[in-house]
Amino acid sequence: MTATMDITKKKKKPGDVVRRVLMYVLLVIIGIIMVVPFLWMISSSLKEQYDAVKIPPVWIPVPPRFENYVQIFTEQPMLQFMINTIKIVFFVVLGQLFFSSLAAYSFARIRFQGRSVMFFFYIGTLMVPTQVTLIPTYVMFAKVNLIDTHFPLILPAFFSAFGVFLLRQFFISLPKEMEEAAEIDGCNPFTTYWRIMLPLVVPAMLTLGVFTLMNTWNDYMGPLIYLTSPEKYTMTLGIAFFKGIYTTQWNLVMAGSVLSVVPILVAYLCAQKYFIEGIAFSGVKG
Amino acid sequence: MKTKSKIQTRRNFWGYLFILPNFLGFVAFMLVPILMSLYFSFTNYDVISTMQFIGFENYINLFQDEQFIVAILNTLWFTVLTVPAGIILALLLAVLLNRQIRGISFFRTLVFIPVITSMVAVSLVWSMLYEENGGLLNTLLGYMNLPSVAWLTSTEMAMVSIAIMSIWKGLGYNMTIFLAGLQGVPHDLYEAATIDGANAFQKFCKITVPMIGPTTYFVTLMALIGALQVFDQVNIMTGGGPVNATRTIAFHLYQYGFQFYKMGYACAAAYVLFILVFIVSLIQNRSSKKWAEATV
Repeated sequence: MTATMDITKKKKKPGDVVRRVLMYVLLVIIGIIMVVPFLWMISSSLKEQYDAVKIPPVWIPVPPRFENYVQIFTEQPMLQFMINTIKIVFFVVLGQLFFSSLAAYSFARIRFQGRSVMFFFYIGTLMVPTQVTLIPTYVMFAKVNLIDTHFPLILPAFFSAFGVFLLRQFFISLPKEMEEAAEIDGCNPFTTYWRIMLPLVVPAMLTLGVFTLMNTWNDYMGPLIYLTSPEKYTMTLGIAFFKGIYTTQWNLVMAGSVLSVVPILVAYLCAQKYFIEGIAFSGVKG
Repeated sequence: MKTKSKIQTRRNFWGYLFILPNFLGFVAFMLVPILMSLYFSFTNYDVISTMQFIGFENYINLFQDEQFIVAILNTLWFTVLTVPAGIILALLLAVLLNRQIRGISFFRTLVFIPVITSMVAVSLVWSMLYEENGGLLNTLLGYMNLPSVAWLTSTEMAMVSIAIMSIWKGLGYNMTIFLAGLQGVPHDLYEAATIDGANAFQKFCKITVPMIGPTTYFVTLMALIGALQVFDQVNIMTGGGPVNATRTIAFHLYQYGFQFYKMGYACAAAYVLFILVFIVSLIQNRSSKKWAEATV
């Protein structure tokens, strides 16, 4: 890095300044393309009904109509959507972290018989399209009368092959001496896992946690299939359903969309590092 | 010898004990459904009438169903539209953003926002942008004296429009993985090339592209698997229309399974999708190996 810097410094030409300006121009254009739909979403959520789709476009509605946000709460069970989503996300994240870390620890640190065969099965299922398990899972929950409850959205999500794989990679990298010392101190494998090893993979747990949070928060197909009564809906399903009710009222649909996007955006801005690690990891699996 | 087997028994005990809770869930919600789905695909299961084994009838019906053939072609068309363009753009963007200049992390953050947002919210706002009369895109075209486009309402454009939005949404995802791959390319390669007088384009073709081969392989594989399962945006933006122009395999499966309750038939469709994913991954694996051999 420093070497390249030196070379470019020695030959600093006026062309470099032009190049740098051009690059910023390009970056700004890309930034605008990425962000305009979201700005438009916010702007539209504060408009009168017919101003959302109007020529010429209105960028900043004067005065902003904050009543749109009140309206979706009074006309629709928006608050309930939020509570439902938070509840589902909370249980899924906790459950998945617990069950995944337990299995991941075993796969990474305990040399039991049949380990590689079992692990192969776990990894193999990462390739299976979700649609394959969709119908039988639905049928199983229908048999025990759990359709239109949050149960089918929570329980199966505890068991994620991806989560096991991610945490396993982190457990593998820990030094062996940690466990040996714990064993000498009289820890059984569970206390070793719980007290010694788990605290060491907290960053990995956070990575898996935010990744799961994001996917659960944004899930559409699961809620669409299992939930039938509006008071059970999640936010994502709720706003999709708004499109059907408020066909021409884009302002209300967008107000709902903004509300569904803001929490995940705030989470992302707070824990950006972990979001990006989760994504980067999901791409190098296999 | 005795103590050794004792140690192994103890290891097995704890190993299995730790895995057991997860494994039970894995069996119940993954392995069993995979097998049940295969079994259902050979039955007329439809929730109401008694289930009967009907052999390959569902599969035969699927391939005689014009809508399903259209769904396969549309799914492949969506894949062709989104995967190569999405990956090339993401790689170029990653190379552009892989440098230490002022404000770069801000731009990375911006590119990543669509990734963390739900497909539902993104589909909703893009539906509005794509509105034929008064939508922002057509208004912009109007400013440039270009004719308006029937983005989601014409059979030719609907899938293309969904593909454009999907590329936009996935760009940050693929870019992030590429950025991680680019970190692994040793800097001295570029330095040596600079000394040899290589320009930026030559460095990109001769160093970057071959060095991040494995990353490209995974990004492509993930993108292919994702594209073949496309559902959310179709269900929200077009509902498979106009005139089946955006009917995809996953949409067809959803409609038959959960709206018409033809579960057996839908499971057969799921297995066709499964096989398609498998074949496409195999082809990709083969071709990337050949390509790697050709470039080295």
